[in-house]
Amino acid sequence: MNRILVIAEHDGKKLNPATAKAVSCALAIGGEIDIAVFAADAAAVAGSAAKLKGVKRVLNIERAENAHQLAAALAPQIAKLAKDYTHLLAPSTTFGKDVLPRAAALLGVQQVSDIMKVVDAHTFERPMYAGNAIVTVKAPAMPCIVATVRTASWQACSEDGHAEITAAGTDAAIPQHTRFVELKADVSGRPDLQSAARVVSGGRGVGSKENFAVIYKFADKLGAAVGASRAAVDAGFVPNDLQVGQTGKIIAPELYVAVGISGAIQHLTGIKDARTIVAINKDPDAPIFQVADIGLVGDLFQILPELEQELDKL
Amino acid sequence: MKILVGIKRVVDFSVRVQVKKDGSGVNTDGVKLGINPFDEIALEEALRIRERGTQAEVVAVSIGPAEVQPQLRTALAMGADRAILVETGEVLQPLMVARVFHELVKRENADLVILGKQAIDDDSNQTGQMLAALWDRPQATFASKVELKDKTLMVTREVDAGLETIEIDLPAVITTDLRLNTPRFVKMPDIMKARSKPLQVLKLEELGVTAAPKLEVTSYAPPPQRVGGKKVEDVTALVATLRQRGIL
Repeated sequence: MNRILVIAEHDGKKLNPATAKAVSCALAIGGEIDIAVFAADAAAVAGSAAKLKGVKRVLNIERAENAHQLAAALAPQIAKLAKDYTHLLAPSTTFGKDVLPRAAALLGVQQVSDIMKVVDAHTFERPMYAGNAIVTVKAPAMPCIVATVRTASWQACSEDGHAEITAAGTDAAIPQHTRFVELKADVSGRPDLQSAARVVSGGRGVGSKENFAVIYKFADKLGAAVGASRAAVDAGFVPNDLQVGQTGKIIAPELYVAVGISGAIQHLTGIKDARTIVAINKDPDAPIFQVADIGLVGDLFQILPELEQELDKL
Repeated sequence: MKILVGIKRVVDFSVRVQVKKDGSGVNTDGVKLGINPFDEIALEEALRIRERGTQAEVVAVSIGPAEVQPQLRTALAMGADRAILVETGEVLQPLMVARVFHELVKRENADLVILGKQAIDDDSNQTGQMLAALWDRPQATFASKVELKDKTLMVTREVDAGLETIEIDLPAVITTDLRLNTPRFVKMPDIMKARSKPLQVLKLEELGVTAAPKLEVTSYAPPPQRVGGKKVEDVTALVATLRQRGIL
């Protein structure tokens, strides 16, 4: 039987929703599922993890060195835990991408990155060439399978489980060569771009840094996160952590509104799993309209205020 | 100090890659090839560390067939001091690439390895982390700012939650994110100069690296296409459609 260990992603206080998506992938593989919470104090996070569907046990691995989720600290502990499992999974977020390959190398395992679909317990689909090719890969079963889960391809599992929470530990030596200094979090109060249900993005058509105020205003009206195309980032309209696309964030919101974005391939790669795409652009031939579920041709500076008025009426 | 930089030849970022009809791979015939963009950033950062006054030798390393030599010459023209090609006809996966780099790091006694966070062909995002694990040294992935302070590095990383700064001891591995720097253009005289810079060719077999386990790639398929293209006349119709879809 498969025994699957999912590495929880969290910020020390809350479980990151990407974890529930990795659990969905574990459910698709099938077997007994445990979640590992590495933290200085795991209580709050473990409580949420224990509710995820199908999880048997939540392992709390509490050490002072686990406070900041550093890959150098976590990987040796994960590698030690791995001997009891057939599969190790983590979400393919910056956290999972950082820590899991380090653990895989310690185990001598070639990792599978970005599982989109489970074919069977050893065979998976994953994207290459910025999503322009989907490859099917078969991973050797021994000693175990190590994989990250592409969050945009999976829905979060439900939260009706009742896993047992137990303390766990390893005798792994933790190196001192890597030290956390600080995390400068986004302080806008808007939803996180990576996990938001609604996203409004602006592109070159917005015209300037000052003009981007209309995007923020509209996003706030919708309760949406703000994103941008690479062109808008390169032009200096917005900071680069807002970039959506192949080289930025790959997202899958319920609603994506592309404003003044022409729709370069590299941008479309980042949004193609969005449930509904709305495009607003003054150029009727912009490529974004070919993928948009709903297109509206016109001047964004007229359309956005009108839309806000319409939203006020609802 | 000695800085090793990874240079991978990939299909150019501007090419829209097409899957072959029989699902055996992607079409690369006649397609433009170049240095992986994240690797150019890695090399640029190494050059900047040297130009900021640190005594440093910058070594560009590629693994692949003899045909990747033009990419290494470009790296030399950008400013690398010398280049190493580990020649193999095989396509290596990240764990094996990390093992090869680990061997080179030991042979060269490197202080710093800078790699792209991922190659834009297989998009694995693993090699740097794996090398750091095998070498038992720090990793600073997705770097957007690097400051060298004597025997330590302060690296700012682009993480989903914002910008994280960590302090790491040398030797170490850094992987680059897109905003770390803008790579320089190569100038004609530098291309001429690069022709006389040393480019060492090592056969993969000569390195004595143990073969790593591999994923078996069984098929390639094009991604499912989104069918869009519907337009509405005005804002009222847009809101009505969104309500129909249960979004508003």
